[in-house]
Amino acid sequence: MATLSTHPDCVPVVSYRFGKGATNIDKYVELGGYESARKAIALGVEGIINEMKASNLRGRGGAGFPTGLKWSFVPKQSAKPKYVLVNGDESEPGTCKDRLIFEHDPHSVIEGTIIAGLSIQAKMGFIYLRGEYRYLLEIMERAVAGAYAKGFLGKNIFGSGLDFDIVTQTGAGAYEVGEESALMESLEGKRGIPRIRPPFPAVVGLYGGPTIINNAETIATVPHVFRLGAAEYAKIGTERNGGTRLFCLSGHVEHPGVYELPMGYNLKKMIYVVGGGIRGGKKLKAVVPGGSSTPALLPEEIDIGMDFDQVGKAGSMLGSGGVVVLDETTCMVEFALRTMKFYAHESCGWCIPCREGTDWLKKSLTRLHEGGAVDKDIDNIRYLAENMLGRTFCPLGDAAAMPTIAFVKKFRKEFEDHLEGKGCPYHRAPEPEPALV
Amino acid sequence: MSTQPAQPATLFSPALAARFDKLVTIYPVKRSALVPMLLYAQDEIGYLSDPAIVEVASRVGVSELEVRNVISYYSMLRTKPAGKYNVQVCTNISCMLRGGNEILDHCKKKLGIPNKGVTPDGLFSLEEVECIGACSWAPAAQVNYAFHENLTAESIDKVIDEYRAKGAR
Repeated sequence: MATLSTHPDCVPVVSYRFGKGATNIDKYVELGGYESARKAIALGVEGIINEMKASNLRGRGGAGFPTGLKWSFVPKQSAKPKYVLVNGDESEPGTCKDRLIFEHDPHSVIEGTIIAGLSIQAKMGFIYLRGEYRYLLEIMERAVAGAYAKGFLGKNIFGSGLDFDIVTQTGAGAYEVGEESALMESLEGKRGIPRIRPPFPAVVGLYGGPTIINNAETIATVPHVFRLGAAEYAKIGTERNGGTRLFCLSGHVEHPGVYELPMGYNLKKMIYVVGGGIRGGKKLKAVVPGGSSTPALLPEEIDIGMDFDQVGKAGSMLGSGGVVVLDETTCMVEFALRTMKFYAHESCGWCIPCREGTDWLKKSLTRLHEGGAVDKDIDNIRYLAENMLGRTFCPLGDAAAMPTIAFVKKFRKEFEDHLEGKGCPYHRAPEPEPALV
Repeated sequence: MSTQPAQPATLFSPALAARFDKLVTIYPVKRSALVPMLLYAQDEIGYLSDPAIVEVASRVGVSELEVRNVISYYSMLRTKPAGKYNVQVCTNISCMLRGGNEILDHCKKKLGIPNKGVTPDGLFSLEEVECIGACSWAPAAQVNYAFHENLTAESIDKVIDEYRAKGAR
């Protein structure tokens, strides 16, 4: 069981019902649950979208696109059915927040899906969890069955005359499927290969119909926007960055954990106050601020507010909310290599710059890490990564390239220390493998 | 003469076969049932055997080749048996920083098998996996679908011993 961590600076909005038994539908209703869906029914399509726009809620999956604006792109008239697709394929290394939502407040995801559906007059929604989250699928399935039994899903929901169905399922192990177009492919029973855009999912999405795709945290936040009112919700965060965020603090901090903090919360404070500082009183070396695909920040770069705009200005991205903290004992080449191994493993192989680039980078970084590299390998790593940027159907290629460029740029000296004969002070020799049986 | 309609032969338990019958009806297209069906089939029979692939293909209405094409994409789907308890140790960044590689090495020694190996008694298999979503509770591993977090060499020993005792029963 995964639990939320708390600190006096935490503001429980999404986690408002965590630990209160809200997986039980009666308890959820007792705590004001499904009132937001009723409000949304009364508001109607335009009213819902206006409220969402006013909330300044931005997509919690990583890109930070304004949610209300995204919903407004779905055409009113469509010959094909419209759909809502909830992305719970949480797989960005460093990220473990959606898990808490599914575990502690599954009905908030259902209610958010209903409201998203109402905003585009869809009749069906899908909640897609990563395959590793089987126990959470079971929680979601029970919650969905409960909502059907109460008449909150199915025909004539809440007596409104409208119908809405939800299907829940998991994937089967694929980071790439967390990308929206690959997610649709997977849900259609295919390999998770990205689609070229335009057309965007809002126009041509799942089964060819207009589709809203949002991260699970975004969707779970929606009922709280209506519970608090958009203006109150927006007030919690910073300019153009409404509300709170579930930040996943991991790595070399004293108190790793998932904390719900206001958007714009200071990163340095998050590490040193909320997280209790660097483990064992060691010195900070770097921070990966938003999951493995975001460029690392140096200790002198972390006195910034954690919202999409401020982290962007600092040369990185807020991403998925996964804050990974690295202390002075971390070998940056090993860290860069582990990151690249991940992307090489997860590249779906559809676009050549990503498929070949990640593999080549993995080989170069391995050579550097193991001590057989030559001078020009370092520049070559950067050159390769820079040439992957923007040359693929989906952002996986960028996700692999961006952190790599930053590692080389910011830790060049450490990369050079790995060249032949010099040896890395942080090097951890791999253990010999036992023989295959 | 029996009034029961003839049931098509199935590899799966009656409960799972009934679940599959329903699964193909809940999506706008039948094919959407493919990935979940493969996972559930694997959960029941341990891996995706040739006959299982044939049956899933016919239930979903696609060719066997298309099913194999999908299987090869997803890292959790396998066409060879794993151990009864598949120990999956995460070594991705957050786990690596807190000793994930050491946990993996410890498991290799404890089980006497390399990454992707299966113990001779078929009880355990070991796999180094990518991020499993337990970053704030690292290092972590999954045994089948169960999460085990904040691991130390001692605690993973205990976890493995418990599964061993369970498997012997």
